[in-house]
Amino acid sequence: MRRVVSFLARRRGHGGRWHWTDAVTWLWLVGGTVLMFGPALWLVASSFKGPAQLAEFPPTLLPYEQIVVQVEGHDAPLPLYEVAGPHGTTRQLAEIRRIGTNAQMVDPTDPDTRLNVDIAARTPIREIGLALDNYVQPLVANDFLRFLWNSVFVTVMATLITLLTNSMAAFALSKYRFRGRDAVMLLIVATLMVPLSVILVPLYSVVNATGLLDSLWGVILPTVATPTGVFLLRQYMLTIPDELLEAARMDHASEWQIYWRIVLPLAAPALAVLAIFSVVWRWNDFLWPLIVLSRRETYTLQVGLNTYAGELNVQWHYILAMTVVTMIPVVLVFVFLQRFITTGIAGAGIK
Amino acid sequence: MAALPAKLGVVVTAPLVLLARAVDPPLRWWQRMAGQGGMAAVFLLPNLAIFGVFVLFPLALNFVYSTTAGTDILLQGRSFVGGAQYARLLECRDYLDPLTCREDTFWTAAANTLVFVVLQVTMMVVVSTITALILNREIRARGFFRAVFFFPVLLSPVVVGLIWRWILQRQGLLNLVMVSLGLEPEVWLNDRTYAFAATIGVSVWAHMGFYTLILLAGLQAIPKDLYEAAEMDGTRPARVFWRITLPLLGPNLAVVLVLALIRGVQIFDEVYVLTGGGPGTSTLYLTQYIYEVGFASVLRNPGLAAAASILMGLVLVVLTLCQLWLSRRGEAKGAK
Repeated sequence: MRRVVSFLARRRGHGGRWHWTDAVTWLWLVGGTVLMFGPALWLVASSFKGPAQLAEFPPTLLPYEQIVVQVEGHDAPLPLYEVAGPHGTTRQLAEIRRIGTNAQMVDPTDPDTRLNVDIAARTPIREIGLALDNYVQPLVANDFLRFLWNSVFVTVMATLITLLTNSMAAFALSKYRFRGRDAVMLLIVATLMVPLSVILVPLYSVVNATGLLDSLWGVILPTVATPTGVFLLRQYMLTIPDELLEAARMDHASEWQIYWRIVLPLAAPALAVLAIFSVVWRWNDFLWPLIVLSRRETYTLQVGLNTYAGELNVQWHYILAMTVVTMIPVVLVFVFLQRFITTGIAGAGIK
Repeated sequence: MAALPAKLGVVVTAPLVLLARAVDPPLRWWQRMAGQGGMAAVFLLPNLAIFGVFVLFPLALNFVYSTTAGTDILLQGRSFVGGAQYARLLECRDYLDPLTCREDTFWTAAANTLVFVVLQVTMMVVVSTITALILNREIRARGFFRAVFFFPVLLSPVVVGLIWRWILQRQGLLNLVMVSLGLEPEVWLNDRTYAFAATIGVSVWAHMGFYTLILLAGLQAIPKDLYEAAEMDGTRPARVFWRITLPLLGPNLAVVLVLALIRGVQIFDEVYVLTGGGPGTSTLYLTQYIYEVGFASVLRNPGLAAAASILMGLVLVVLTLCQLWLSRRGEAKGAK
């Protein structure tokens, strides 16, 4: 124990002397870790609790399940309780029904005698158990599998189109000299100023006119021509030497081949960064899908979740589980690709 | 094991490769016909076409919509009213009291957004600066802690909203903490002040990691010899901070400030899921106002929504110009 403490307390430089800023650092980092991960972990823990347990206060940290027993003469399994007897003794009884502050209970070994017990005298017998039904039920019975598929479709398609169109535009803007190039560049930079929330009404009308309303393509197309993507790829392609392109032209490669066989593979690191960003953006999109999609079959996960959470009788046990499902791809990106993103942001300041 | 992703990659990209081969001959022909300039047009066309249809054209159309009235979303069914929508938005008896305005929800939303942005951006800059300073110290496992603060940035706003709704609800984690500290539990999101504070806290929680990264990059770009020189001179740490760290971090701080402002003005997703704008209109912000007037309410008014979005857009244009100016200045400094 002392070794652990001394390991944590040890610091580099300054000859191991402590300063008040070290304490602040330590507190900030530990507190930050709890605050940043805690809420999501709490959500995951809660998502494995049954509806009855979710309604409890104070809540338990881990998910428990009530143990149930099959009692002769009763079709459904009955919940098992520990009941305090008069002389400090306890016995295990199963509850048949509750009447006011009394519970009608039965001893599983003696199914014929019914007992009346004050509900204050009994405590449920529980064991740690996962309410997996929270996950299975919405995916099977509700539309969440459909939402999941829609989200995957939107994310994959939008990312592919983004990579293709943005890289083509970036190639033209970085490797060709033509009249109006600066104007095009300026136009693209200027559209950085036009976030979606500013053009909601006319964009809706355009999507309506093109017949894309209520279709996933209506969600995909308006988002794919990202100015940030073009900008990021162009900056990267500028670093590819023109001599490579000239050499390929000598060998009678067509311009399209130069783009496809030379520039794209060389721009792979930048494409990877854009791909990761695009996946996270499109997976997380909410406002635009909310407006375009009004039929339940076309909902993405985010819109579906919001709809279920907005119902009068919020079924938290399902919502929590589906929120966890929604988090999974993003957590995977976080675990495996976090380094790419953080360097991407630090380098280009994009999001 | 490593071969599997590679094989999978080949399978996925196979149709794309075929497609790329198929378009080569026609493009070769076009290249002979139109030359390099013609090829530039081909490469630009898809992106610019999508841009044009889904960004530039709507942008122009927005002005048209803002001068029309009616509930019809199609332009044919709408009547021209000139500046009436703007007049309606801006008509107030007393500009300091939103309730005296004709379109009082717009002014409430604007006032809420203003207070929200001021408080949220201040908090965001302070918190992310402290975090960046701490991450820049000689600490163990810096990569891990940097990732810790970045984690919520990736979460979807809907997930962020739901996580915190779950924590702030009547039987939630926060009330558990309150009770165990011997305090009274609260229904946090039913209280106007607490709900407003929650939208600020949650959005800072969700986005601070992003700004921390920018500031950390700025801190790491400060030349180490400056600090060494200060140490040689025996300068006090506080003085080093005010005289070296803060001035050299200035450009990054400015970028963070403007970016946070731009995003703060447009806040919608997480707040909409967390509070839905309530209780009452206490957390109603501009984007939600636009969304509700334009799409969600029974008596929708796309013209009014378009006018409001143009007013919001003007604010954003000013802020974005500030950002471009700042980042260009930063680049120029970096080049020197």
